[in-house]
Amino acid sequence: MTTLPTQTNRKLGLVIDLDTCVGCHACVISCKGWNTENYGAPLSDQDAYGGNPSGTFLNRVHSYEMQPEQGGAAQLVHFPKSCLHCEDAPCVTVCPTGASYKRVEDGIVLVNESDCIGCGLCAWACPYGARELDAAAGVMKKCTLCVDRIYNENLPEEDREPACVRTCPAGARHFGDFADPDSHVSQLSAARGGMDLMPEQGTKPVNKYLPPRPKDTMDEIDILAPFLEPVAEETTGFMAWLDKTLEKI
Amino acid sequence: MHPAPSVIIFTSLTGLGFGLLVFLGLGLPDTSGVVAFVFFAIAYLLAIGGLISSTFHLGRPERAIKAFLQWRSSWLSREAWLAVASLLVMAIYGAGLVFLDTRWGVLGVIGSALSLATVFSTAMIYAQLKTVPRWNTALTPLLFITLALTGGAILSGSVDTALLMLISAGIVQIVYWINGDQALARSGTSMASATGLAAMGTVKAFEPPHTGTNYLLREFVHIVGRKHAAKLRVIALILMIGTPTLFLSLPFNHWLALGAVATHIAGVFTSRWLFFAQAEHVVGLYYGKR
Repeated sequence: MTTLPTQTNRKLGLVIDLDTCVGCHACVISCKGWNTENYGAPLSDQDAYGGNPSGTFLNRVHSYEMQPEQGGAAQLVHFPKSCLHCEDAPCVTVCPTGASYKRVEDGIVLVNESDCIGCGLCAWACPYGARELDAAAGVMKKCTLCVDRIYNENLPEEDREPACVRTCPAGARHFGDFADPDSHVSQLSAARGGMDLMPEQGTKPVNKYLPPRPKDTMDEIDILAPFLEPVAEETTGFMAWLDKTLEKI
Repeated sequence: MHPAPSVIIFTSLTGLGFGLLVFLGLGLPDTSGVVAFVFFAIAYLLAIGGLISSTFHLGRPERAIKAFLQWRSSWLSREAWLAVASLLVMAIYGAGLVFLDTRWGVLGVIGSALSLATVFSTAMIYAQLKTVPRWNTALTPLLFITLALTGGAILSGSVDTALLMLISAGIVQIVYWINGDQALARSGTSMASATGLAAMGTVKAFEPPHTGTNYLLREFVHIVGRKHAAKLRVIALILMIGTPTLFLSLPFNHWLALGAVATHIAGVFTSRWLFFAQAEHVVGLYYGKR
């Protein structure tokens, strides 16, 4: 069923500490490493060693620069982004086949890959870019919260958490149950003002982001930046012809 | 959004095909025998051609049948059911006209209503998405239905209705564009709400997570198609509304009618290209793009 459960017994999710993340991308690599050879189809790469490498990832780290309005040097924040396992997940209700579902027992949003027709509508409905259609398998891939690790009794107990959390060298990622107000993640989120991404989208994300702590301000030195103009975008084939033709009108 | 040919052809052709079925179900034009067969064949070629085209968009088209499962929650699934239901009902109604020279009026009206509902559900696949503010409006189903009825009126040779619908479609299309240009700003979703970092200053994307492209950028961040949006809007209006209106206003002639159909279809394709290419998905904000 692609209707959402009215309530889940637990709300498993992540706290991501933007103050602590150093942007090393270790979580990206460990995620790909674990998930390409476990649950579901592998996370394929296309032209991995060629000129235009591209591939499926369930976790990606953006970097943002904040320019303070009152002057001073800009600050940099590394921003890991994966599925937020939303309570009101729009990706689940749009699915025509029932492949996309939210589990009642722990709130994890999963894709049943043998039912997925690869229409991509769930990825269209997700505001966070948490879902990627695998170009080789033709099915939708997303973060499983390492459902095949967290309950896996064949692993040592300290490994029964998502690969990204297990590997983070900075301790910027935390895994736990948000339905329990006394859990490590609930306490951490309450203490540090854990926030929702795009709250106006009404998705009620389970994952929380801890905002960076205030930092000292530094004066800005900027000599070369104005000379670094972006390179023009070029098109090829039909698009180039269309572009030229329309330019002439 | 990436203006994939498969979805442009799908939405344009099904709109025209089901639009024509709406008119045929209401007995416009009032034909039977071979002439009715030709009208129904055109409608079915357009509708089924469009539906087949939609499967080219799928990663696993061999499982397309599973799309019928979740009609309780999914607009895509509802569309699949409504499309099949209207094609079946209209096939029986059409068989009566073609082979028995009999009009089962009630069946025709049911078929018309189902065909209209199919176009509505196609539009709702897009209109339901809060992630694409330009689409997330009641104007999207209005635009799809108006264009389908316009195409249906032209194809069915209902000249007076077609002229009326052409003017309405032109107005709806212009309102849709004006409204759409403000939609992202009005939605309240911005880089500030996406990152939650605005308290520290103006947020700028410093570095993307990957050096190459990826599925998200290919599918959701399509900037090239927007470069000539203003010109393409004028082209779309001329082809879709202007020339068909001119051709149908002149004394009736089959060549002019064919011309009206051809330029209208070309205009609908242009308009649908813009519908996708200009639509901004909020995920682009994470990349500092729109």
